[in-house]
Amino acid sequence: MAEKTARHWTTRAAILVPYVWLAAFFLAPFLIVLKISFSQTAIAQPPYVPVFDLATGWEGVREFFAALTLENYAAVFTDSLYVWSYWKSLQVAAISTAILLAVGYPVAYALARAPRRWQGVLVLLVVLPFWTSFLIRVYAWINILQHDGLLNQALMALRIVDAPISWLATDYAVYIGIVYSYFPFMVLPLYAALEKMDETLLEAAADLGAPPWRTFLGVTVPLSLPGIVAGALLCFIPIMGEFVIPDLLGSSSTSMIGQILWLEFFGNRDWPVASALAVVLLALLVTPILIYRQREARQLERGRP
Amino acid sequence: MKRFGPLNLTALALGLAFLYLPIAILVINSFNDSRLVTVWSGWSLRWYRALLNDSAMLEAASVSFRVALLSATAATVLGTLAALALTRGGRFRGRLAFSGMIYAPLVMPEVITGLSLLLLFVALELDRGFWTIVIAHTTLTLCFVAVVVQSRLVTFDMSLEEAAMDLGCPPLRTFFTVTLPLIWPAVASGWMLAFALSLDDLVLASFVTGPGATTLPIRIYSEVRLGVKPEINAVCTIMIAVVAVGLITASLITKRSARREPAALGARL
Repeated sequence: MAEKTARHWTTRAAILVPYVWLAAFFLAPFLIVLKISFSQTAIAQPPYVPVFDLATGWEGVREFFAALTLENYAAVFTDSLYVWSYWKSLQVAAISTAILLAVGYPVAYALARAPRRWQGVLVLLVVLPFWTSFLIRVYAWINILQHDGLLNQALMALRIVDAPISWLATDYAVYIGIVYSYFPFMVLPLYAALEKMDETLLEAAADLGAPPWRTFLGVTVPLSLPGIVAGALLCFIPIMGEFVIPDLLGSSSTSMIGQILWLEFFGNRDWPVASALAVVLLALLVTPILIYRQREARQLERGRP
Repeated sequence: MKRFGPLNLTALALGLAFLYLPIAILVINSFNDSRLVTVWSGWSLRWYRALLNDSAMLEAASVSFRVALLSATAATVLGTLAALALTRGGRFRGRLAFSGMIYAPLVMPEVITGLSLLLLFVALELDRGFWTIVIAHTTLTLCFVAVVVQSRLVTFDMSLEEAAMDLGCPPLRTFFTVTLPLIWPAVASGWMLAFALSLDDLVLASFVTGPGATTLPIRIYSEVRLGVKPEINAVCTIMIAVVAVGLITASLITKRSARREPAALGARL
């Protein structure tokens, strides 16, 4: 490839077409969000000022910049509702990722150690629910967790509790919903890392007298670290901005930032504040997203023949 | 020869039960005759019949299917091109930004993507509705297609392409006669993934939709917020059945094509 000087037009087209599409519908929208986050709310259509108007010339551009404001960011950082929601989102994302890791690791480990001819089928079984609608999977849990749902019926039949427990509209329900929905995102990277592992290393550790738990902590876990990092990132980042699960399963008193953003945008029609909330959320996620991107790019480099 | 250890078997059984029990309960409940979803009163197709008369739900399903068909097809073309650019394009200017734009949407919270796309459409003064949803879904799912196709392209024996080109085959023809036949299972599963993601999406569609374009998830969501309803159980069961049939068909087709692959390629060359 390198010695070819002029690229064929087909290669150029293959680069250019998706590039332009993503620049128009992924990159440009972010710049607009950034711009609106510095604008002021207005009772107008669209509900913010200033609106960029090239027809007014240089004077217009100066006025435009003069009209920008930091108000929305001041609101985001001082209003305890917003600060609390960011904190709540971080907390939910961190705890759910930890639970996912704890629940997903044994399953991924068992998958990787299963007999070869079973592995394909078992991996498929773990991935399959991912293909059904996300909304359906959350809804399925409403069926189970509702006041007279199966969980309470089972608990009462087993005489573990005397009266039904309110599961819905609690943090427990949110955690259950998140762990359920993101389960394959955690298991698959872990499985990929564990499956690649050289088993002679385990035998070597055992031959040298290491008890199984030490082999696990000293050999298996460090070797599966790339899978742990990938799985954690793949879950943590989207959970931070999760909207549907806390909205359907959680209580209205503790809202995650995705819900607040939604409310500001659709309920209060405060587009500038919603934009500022999005920009700050993105800033919080930039580091993990960059780590994720770096890893993906490196994997691609390694995979290339 | 590896065998299942008791601990591993337990972990697998528990994990799979956790994944499948809620869905199984939902499916069984959809055949429950009782309006109270928690009381069993015998098997019935009552709620499926009720669905046939729910014209709003049927209309939403039709919108969702058309959006998914169009956006999955566009995303497959764009995503395959993007995968080719990443694996065969060499080091072009802006490559870093390009791969960034491919990977970022995969993990980006949907509320951010949705909000920013809506603000773009407002700034462009586009009429929001069917087509804006198609654009939004195409943008999101093309990244998934790119990743799936790219993972096939990196394991691909490039000497086959080079051989064709050395023999004087122009790049476009090389792509259609050599590359595409070899990567098409990945392209097809990319299309299916894009289709499923589009059918599934609630947040993006809610942001960029306008009057008159209600997708199935938007419709289901507005009903679910009011509580569990037997009709919704029936809709969900139908959706699960559609996905299951699609997946089984796809895996049968790819299995058969994998068996035929070397012979077919030989014939084409």
